[in-house]
Amino acid sequence: MKELTCIVCPKGCRLKVDEENDYAVTGNSCEKGAAYGYNELTNPMRMVTSTVKIQGGNHRRLPVKTSGDIPRKYVMDCVKLLDDVTVQAPVKTGDVILADIFGLGVNIIAAKDM
Amino acid sequence: MKYDLVVVGGGPAGLAAALKAYETGAGNILILERDQELGGILNQCIHNGFGLHYFKEELTGPEYAHKFIEMLKDTRVEVKLDTMVLDITQERVIHAINSKDGYMTIQAGAIVLAMGCRERTRGAIAIPGDRPAGVFTAGTAQRYINMEGYMVGKRVVILGSGDIGLIMARRMTLEGAKVLACVELMPYSNGLNRNIVQCLEDYGIPLYLSHTITKIEGKTRVEKVVVSKVDENRRPIPGTEITFDCDTVLLSVGLIPENEVSKTAQVALDRRTSGPIVFENMQTSVPGIFACGNVVHVHDLVDFVTQESQKAGENAALYVKGQYSDSEENCIALQNGEHVTYTVPQKIRPENVAKFTEVFFRVNAVMHDAEIKVCSGGEELLSFKREHMAPGEMEKIVVPKKALDAAKGREITVLVKA
Amino acid sequence: MYDVAIIGGGIVGTALAAECAKYQLRALLIEKNNDVGDETTKANSAIIHAGYDPAPETLMGKLNVRGNALAKELCEKLSVPYKQIGSFVLAFDGEDVKTVEKLYDRGVKNGVPGIRILTAEEVREMEPSLSDEVKCALYAPSAGVIAPWEYAIALAENALENGCEFKMSHTVTGITKNGAQDFTVHTDKGDVSARFVINAAGVASDQIHNMVAAPSFAIRPNKGEYYLLDKSQGSLVSHVIFQCPSKVGKGVLVSPTVHGNLIVGPDAVDVEDRGDTSVAQDGLDFVAKVARRSTDKFALRENIRTFAGVRANSDVDDFIIREAEDAPGFIDAAGIKSPGLSCAPAIAEYVVELMAKSGLELRKKENHRDTREKIRFKELSEEEKQAVIAKDARYGRVVCRCETITEGEIVAALQNPLTPSTIDAVKRRCNAGMGRCQGGFCSPRVMEIIVRERGIDPLQVQKDKEGSYIVIGETKAQH
Repeated sequence: MKELTCIVCPKGCRLKVDEENDYAVTGNSCEKGAAYGYNELTNPMRMVTSTVKIQGGNHRRLPVKTSGDIPRKYVMDCVKLLDDVTVQAPVKTGDVILADIFGLGVNIIAAKDM
Repeated sequence: MKYDLVVVGGGPAGLAAALKAYETGAGNILILERDQELGGILNQCIHNGFGLHYFKEELTGPEYAHKFIEMLKDTRVEVKLDTMVLDITQERVIHAINSKDGYMTIQAGAIVLAMGCRERTRGAIAIPGDRPAGVFTAGTAQRYINMEGYMVGKRVVILGSGDIGLIMARRMTLEGAKVLACVELMPYSNGLNRNIVQCLEDYGIPLYLSHTITKIEGKTRVEKVVVSKVDENRRPIPGTEITFDCDTVLLSVGLIPENEVSKTAQVALDRRTSGPIVFENMQTSVPGIFACGNVVHVHDLVDFVTQESQKAGENAALYVKGQYSDSEENCIALQNGEHVTYTVPQKIRPENVAKFTEVFFRVNAVMHDAEIKVCSGGEELLSFKREHMAPGEMEKIVVPKKALDAAKGREITVLVKA
Repeated sequence: MYDVAIIGGGIVGTALAAECAKYQLRALLIEKNNDVGDETTKANSAIIHAGYDPAPETLMGKLNVRGNALAKELCEKLSVPYKQIGSFVLAFDGEDVKTVEKLYDRGVKNGVPGIRILTAEEVREMEPSLSDEVKCALYAPSAGVIAPWEYAIALAENALENGCEFKMSHTVTGITKNGAQDFTVHTDKGDVSARFVINAAGVASDQIHNMVAAPSFAIRPNKGEYYLLDKSQGSLVSHVIFQCPSKVGKGVLVSPTVHGNLIVGPDAVDVEDRGDTSVAQDGLDFVAKVARRSTDKFALRENIRTFAGVRANSDVDDFIIREAEDAPGFIDAAGIKSPGLSCAPAIAEYVVELMAKSGLELRKKENHRDTREKIRFKELSEEEKQAVIAKDARYGRVVCRCETITEGEIVAALQNPLTPSTIDAVKRRCNAGMGRCQGGFCSPRVMEIIVRERGIDPLQVQKDKEGSYIVIGETKAQH
């Protein structure tokens, strides 16, 4: 049995997820909470937001993000990957900076015009 | 120089106000922004979670700002960047400077104040100890890291568990720092659950509730901090000290509306919000001067800043066009009842309310299954149920015109029963 | 060989440097920190005392009134923020009344201009925010408030302009007496030789003395803690408000600062570590409690900064300004406690006299400059603002929004070679970062300007003293 705080709404229900019983969720007040509890234990996903180096822009860093959620276990690898990236201005919001990271079908995209 | 409307501040509040005023037909509009680009604090808030209410999608700060900046490009709204407003008169004369235009005197038909807020500092909470380098407000550290590209430290203790503190805990970790602790004076966090889970728990960062920093040590750069548990009166308990070896302290200990310019225009301020007292349409005590966003009260979500600012922009435009009554004859004053720390607006003129008006407020305690009541002359006009309320979450209620018409003695009280 | 080597760049050392630079002398100032006025000089009540407090027979009593008059003149010429606002010493009971009368008599003996005792009614009329318990007060109209760090900076800049040399970030490690009026001063970065060595080393002055002469006094470092409140509180009182020195409170004052804030403090705590400028909760609580006796109308939630300074108190009940008997040519200007800031230029004159008596020839310099120009944008009229921006567009860009400090002022501060590449050095020269957000918004921009003007890397920019780095590396390079 694992306990976690639901983040679907500000109420913050204390969920109990039973790993031995097909990740059954109790303590939730709504369906979204049950789904959250199940996913958070079986395959937690996160969006990553960070920066990359940029040359010729009005700042020295360009904000970037993953185009979608990626498995949580890839988060640190993802930010380390960004250490070695340098882009040249101009860049438009949504431009792909890195395509298909770790074969996850998710891109790193620019989050600002610069 | 003459403009129908001048918006002071080009962050999310100023952008939304200017755009809405333009749509409403305010004529020639000018935004004065002190930074080198539009977007305000959103430019350094590179995390996601913005826009869920307003755009129904999850955006980062720069992306949220980008949408408004793009919309602005299709208008004739003028922008002056790197421009500082020095003062404003009650007759709506603005004195401002920049490098290009020099010293400017601008007569405005109406003004929207949208200067945002600033962070409370170490001084405001008087943390004892040495005064070395390495003590930053969370927002200053955020700017160094996200925009300037410099790391502020390697081993970090964060004081305050509001959302900015939590976001910075994750951000520092992702950039390779070790966040040793997040310390919160109150017995609860003011941050979103989502941020506690995704910014602290994901990285195994401990949250010390009912604790505070009682000493900072280090002659030149931070070397240590001492953290102590506090009692129910928030006084440190001797003997509970924990020492952390660290080089950096980040402070996320609250935000204060920045109203120095408002004061020059003699705009009346509310001691509780530290922002202007506003009417239902976001006009301040000075006719023709409106205010919106964090300069009025500190918001949790930029989406609500946008909505409030649109209201201010629209009404400023109506003021310019003369389609507006500023009679205070039937004005209703909102009183803060039990558990309510402030309301915005503080005053409502029923004749300016078509069908309903929104009232925002905060409570002073975490409550479950609470009931919000709106009363006047001892009579209950409205009530609303809430499963969960907390000081960190701004509340909103919708007050219909007929409830205003039923108010007695030109006063209504908002209160919460736990 | 230098004619004069001054050890210590606090207010005493810089005042002496400026005084020496009036004459055809080869003078040198040696300072261990990267900036002048960076210890006791910058962390005190920032008051130019009128001179009624010290006993007439002491050096303090002899030099205070002269120092006060000189300060006024120097601040005017060197563009140092100074306001002569006058001071009150409040009496709350019969014993206090006696003290006030005693101070009045001393003031008269010391030649303090305009001093008089105010009735309770007069006090209330002049300072309506004060406690109703006030029985009477000593009023000294010649007392003033000053920016003490800028006083030292202005004197140092003036000395530099008139030919005095400076060795900053040089720590004196020893002094060798080669003969009468022949010394070698050893520093961590090399030796210098000088005919006269002046010990203006503040809290370290006994250590410097003992390097070359037999011990004759000891410094008893004593810390004072303060609150500095926002400008919203700055007009609560319009004079420096002291209480009578007594067992409960030794001189806790409430006063507007020259910049318009309100200062509340200090206490007096003996410390072992001469560099211990930490602030403790007990000390702050004490200061607030005692100050409330004068007025309870200040709001501590408006505090923007707490700080502490260490006084160079000594085991002698006076300043120690004399030539060492066993080291002719070595002159102490030591144990300069309160009212040292007020006396500084008079101390400088006095030390120069001592050197002259010991044979130093004094010939006035012909091209001596005694003024310093400074643009303070905020204080200009509309037309002047227009003109200054037209001349230099950088004055049109506000960097510090709380204090309205422009890029032009920051660049000007960085153009002086004595200004170290630190955020606090810029703050002390033009007030950027001194306001209510305490540099939260402007410090990244000040850093950017320092980097650009000095052609250095941001990693080299420090907050203040050596080692106080602000950023530790680039992002994207920490994994």
